[in-house]
Amino acid sequence: MDAQPGTGESPSGRLATNIVHFARTLRTAGLRVGPGQILRAIEAVEAAGLQKRDDFYWTLHSVFVNRRDQREIFDQAFHVYWRNPRLLEKMMEMLLPSIDAPPDPDKSRELSRRLQDALSPGQGEAPKDKDEPPEVEVEATFTVSDREVLQHRDFEQMTQAEIDSALRAIARLRLPMPERRTRRYRSSRRGAKIDFRASLRRALRPEGLIELRRREPRRRPPPLVILCDISGSMARYSRMFLHFMHAITNDRDRVFCFTFGTRLNNVTRALRYRDVDIALAKASAQVEDWSGGTRIGVALHEFNNKWSRRVLGQGAVVLLITDGLDREGAAGLEEEMERLHKSCSRLIWLNPLLRYGAYEPKSQGNKAMLPHVDEFRPVHNLESLAGLIAALDSHAQHRSDRRLTGWQTELRKE
Amino acid sequence: MSSAKPASIDATVELLKNGEYIADRSLATVLYLALKLGRPLFCEGEAGVGKTEIAKVLAATLKRPLIRLQCYEGLDVSSAVYEWNYARQMIEIRLAEAQGVQDRGQLESDIFNERFLIRRPLLQALEPHAEGAPILLIDELDRTDEPFEAYLLEVLSDFQVTIPELGTVKAAQTPIVIITSNRTREIHDALKRRCFYHWVDYPDLKRELEILKVKAPGASERLSRQVVGFVQELRKVDLFKSPGVAESIDWATALSELDVLDLDPKTINDTLGVLLKYQDDIQRMQGTEAADILRKVKADIAAQPLG
Repeated sequence: MDAQPGTGESPSGRLATNIVHFARTLRTAGLRVGPGQILRAIEAVEAAGLQKRDDFYWTLHSVFVNRRDQREIFDQAFHVYWRNPRLLEKMMEMLLPSIDAPPDPDKSRELSRRLQDALSPGQGEAPKDKDEPPEVEVEATFTVSDREVLQHRDFEQMTQAEIDSALRAIARLRLPMPERRTRRYRSSRRGAKIDFRASLRRALRPEGLIELRRREPRRRPPPLVILCDISGSMARYSRMFLHFMHAITNDRDRVFCFTFGTRLNNVTRALRYRDVDIALAKASAQVEDWSGGTRIGVALHEFNNKWSRRVLGQGAVVLLITDGLDREGAAGLEEEMERLHKSCSRLIWLNPLLRYGAYEPKSQGNKAMLPHVDEFRPVHNLESLAGLIAALDSHAQHRSDRRLTGWQTELRKE
Repeated sequence: MSSAKPASIDATVELLKNGEYIADRSLATVLYLALKLGRPLFCEGEAGVGKTEIAKVLAATLKRPLIRLQCYEGLDVSSAVYEWNYARQMIEIRLAEAQGVQDRGQLESDIFNERFLIRRPLLQALEPHAEGAPILLIDELDRTDEPFEAYLLEVLSDFQVTIPELGTVKAAQTPIVIITSNRTREIHDALKRRCFYHWVDYPDLKRELEILKVKAPGASERLSRQVVGFVQELRKVDLFKSPGVAESIDWATALSELDVLDLDPKTINDTLGVLLKYQDDIQRMQGTEAADILRKVKADIAAQPLG
């Protein structure tokens, strides 16, 4: 250990101050460090002693790091900070004003854009919308009449104004999911199992007889994983789908969103921001392969290896949004699709190409993917989104799709 | 009698070594802190890197009872904390009726009595033990669902549980808690923040060799060196499931049982199932790829024999 940080004073002295500053550095770097952790860190350092630099490192590590991906940040911050705390103090001084003020430049920009919208209501947004009472829930159908026109129009052909109102419609979407049985129980009149505990408590009442109480499995919607293609051929749709993913993410728990073009990106955290503009800005900043080529096989491989075991537990449903046009001639795609299909409870492929009545699975990518999906649906206008929502409802779930089964048997023969 | 907790980080390394666990210094540091400050240790890492083993070794070397809670989806209070023995309670009610007991308050305290309480791991861990504070292993926490995690949060911060019919049970001594997770799901930050966090990584070449020396003593020095070299190379390949330490121990043991002294491609092909557990991975490695790696490993060993 260098002599600088700890000079043998009481732990409430310089060392504690240094740890506090170090914690602030970590916080600026994006780690979530609260005062509780700082106290714990001081306590831990006191307990471990300061004999070796390594021990000191791992002591702070065990308190400040909570996830594996935070290790690198911690490592860098540690080496910069504890080599020369002076230097860093100076840097902190320079940084401090920007810590106090919101450091997010795009936030202020977004705000100003909205301010503009508010000041000049004639452009873009129709002001009457704001006077409308907020609709709490729209399920499967869009009731307001001026939206009806939009329902059948392809996202690709919409004007800016139409896109804006379509986005508002999407923001109101509520996605019903067939609930799955969990292994937890709740009391119920007609449950199949006897709730002994409740029965016995009940038996202590003065009536005397033991009256059986019953219980049934609790139900809960399964996790939802959305894999969205944002390559060039999907460019016109991808913005819509981002809004769609944002609406779903904020509507329910356990939604995981990924985008892929040439590489896979997990945008779940970005989309959790409630404000749609901030969420989309964060997601866009994270994604580097907008409107590029598509390597579906590679992206799915990465998903299967890195993420499937972490997000596909507990009966997850996967929505795969892509046109299935693969740049690399569908190399390895079939195997990855098969693995994906086998590791989730339901795989739904949403393909905008399906809007053409004469669609046939001709491309290599489509041929490779089609045998491994449970459901195949178009997704190119608001109506098809509504259709998707209806399909996810439990009643429609078992209705098989004749066209899909036809293609699947054909492909199997080949 | 139980042994005392280690007094320094060096003593912790030594302690684990006595239990045949070769730990790196980072793990020893975290473990020492967890023991000293009485806070849970949260170990995350790939399968087969020795997370569960930490608790077992600790129990053996400190001579404390090991209480294990294996997590699974739907784990609830009645299988993790306590349950009433309903059958016996019913009999008790019948007997009371036969004897003509009229006093309801009496009957209630008779039925919800400690005699009819079935203690599950979490409650067991809070009870006094003659050997000293027990070691509570909460294994594969990621397999449960969020509601149980939230419940655990309460138990781990106060070390007490409340049984409505009996009252609150507070820990006699704070148990030594080790939580493991395979990261099939992200555990909530609130729980992690109450623990010391440690990511258990694959060991480096030198440490893995030491581990094999202790855990697979039947394997010759030469074979162990090749096994470790091969496994370490294998972990660099993009596989669905890389082999852990447990797998390399198994492999070394299996090879020494087969009287193998020197690795060759054919033996590797025949025994690859010990190392890799997915058909895709095995298919990929079988044949030339395994042979290539073996050639590289042998060249490496020739270039720098271990001093």
